[in-house]
Amino acid sequence: MSLFIKNIFRFMLFILLQVYVLNQIPPLHQFITPYLYFLFILWLPFSISRLGLLLVAFLLGITLDYFVGTPGLHAAPCVLIAYLRPFLINVLISQEGAELNYAEPSIKSMGFAPYGLYVLVFTFIHHFYLVLIEWLSFGNFIYFLGKVTATTGISLLLIFISEMMFFRKQKFRTNTA
Amino acid sequence: MRNIFIFIRRYFTFLCFITLQIICIVFLVNFNTTHEAVFAGIANEVTGSVNTEFNKVQNYFHLRENNRLLLDENTRLKNMLGINFESPDTTKQAIIDSIYRDTTGRQRKFIWLPAKVVNNSVSSQLNYITLHRGSAQGIKKDMAVVGPQGTVGVVIDVSENYSKVMSMLHQNSIVSAMLKKNTISGKINWTGEDPRYVTLNGIPKTTALKKGDTVVTSQYSSTFPPNIMVGTIEAVKKDPANNYFIIKVKTATDFYTLEYVNVVENAQLTEQRKLEQAPVKNQ
Repeated sequence: MSLFIKNIFRFMLFILLQVYVLNQIPPLHQFITPYLYFLFILWLPFSISRLGLLLVAFLLGITLDYFVGTPGLHAAPCVLIAYLRPFLINVLISQEGAELNYAEPSIKSMGFAPYGLYVLVFTFIHHFYLVLIEWLSFGNFIYFLGKVTATTGISLLLIFISEMMFFRKQKFRTNTA
Repeated sequence: MRNIFIFIRRYFTFLCFITLQIICIVFLVNFNTTHEAVFAGIANEVTGSVNTEFNKVQNYFHLRENNRLLLDENTRLKNMLGINFESPDTTKQAIIDSIYRDTTGRQRKFIWLPAKVVNNSVSSQLNYITLHRGSAQGIKKDMAVVGPQGTVGVVIDVSENYSKVMSMLHQNSIVSAMLKKNTISGKINWTGEDPRYVTLNGIPKTTALKKGDTVVTSQYSSTFPPNIMVGTIEAVKKDPANNYFIIKVKTATDFYTLEYVNVVENAQLTEQRKLEQAPVKNQ
């Protein structure tokens, strides 16, 4: 299956999963919603152009927003992490050249620690920005911090589970092949 | 000029990023103040049809609970039937003139329409509900939405077959309410913390209150019919800054399990609004 088709399926699956499974879960605590859909952006291939990455992320966010009914709320953090993604990938795997040998970021292509850091940082940025816009008019700082950390924790758990369940086979590409 | 092009080319991705962010924020701000996003009408129709399919499956899980609710409501309505009220006949002669009673010139003010909930959220700060009934079936903006247990929200956007409701659990939602026992009125809004509770403001500190007192919609509300259940008082706090209580009210409606609601139209709303908005002449 080509990378393009695979990502279209992933896009639809992530949106449906987020809207019809995760958003339907009664809140674990007063205000924690489990988020997983932004993993789609983290899983996009290395080879995608920076502009393309921004546009795809915007499309993902705005699609989710129209299902949930809050245009712009999820699109803004998606675009932010899409913009920052190339920088962090460069920092994390500059020496190994993995972006040439593997198709997309994963534990195998980046190594456990760099990939973990990559997921952690973007999960945190996404939730921080999302909750910041959502809570701007409420302004209770303790709630804000609590919500960001708790949602980040739940999302990391979900990402860990999905990495274990859907093990992505990564082919090692060489020039000789 | 050349320098500008070089600048744009160099920071093209960054500029795109900034543009997209601005678009997002503009959507968000516009939508939250006026509730009229650019594509809201179209998008409602598309996502609404997906939601309906999903809802067909989801409904099976709530059948038992819904049956109980319908039964409760039926019992309550049957209790209100005229048949149940009978007083001993003290007059010599009973005169019932049904024709006269029908033509006293009473005008209908509220029209109730049933609707099915196809999408519902409680976990966000800005909660919306989508109903499978739209302008083609008689839904208009600003109509009140009432569930089997109590108030739910107000219609804010309508497409042909779907309508979008601002739930009572929304930071912009204001419902005019009063205490049932002494008809002192105040305003219901939501602090965004817990979907089971809303806040009642504007009740003066001289009022005697008890936990468990009933709060209903007031007759000053132009969208909601009066005396619809809102909830019961859970806790009372005094606001040190002014002369009013801050009252925590447990909502009568369980927003987690909303499936069927009634949409209420105030047939005299336009007339009332027109009179209220007209400038006062002899002042």
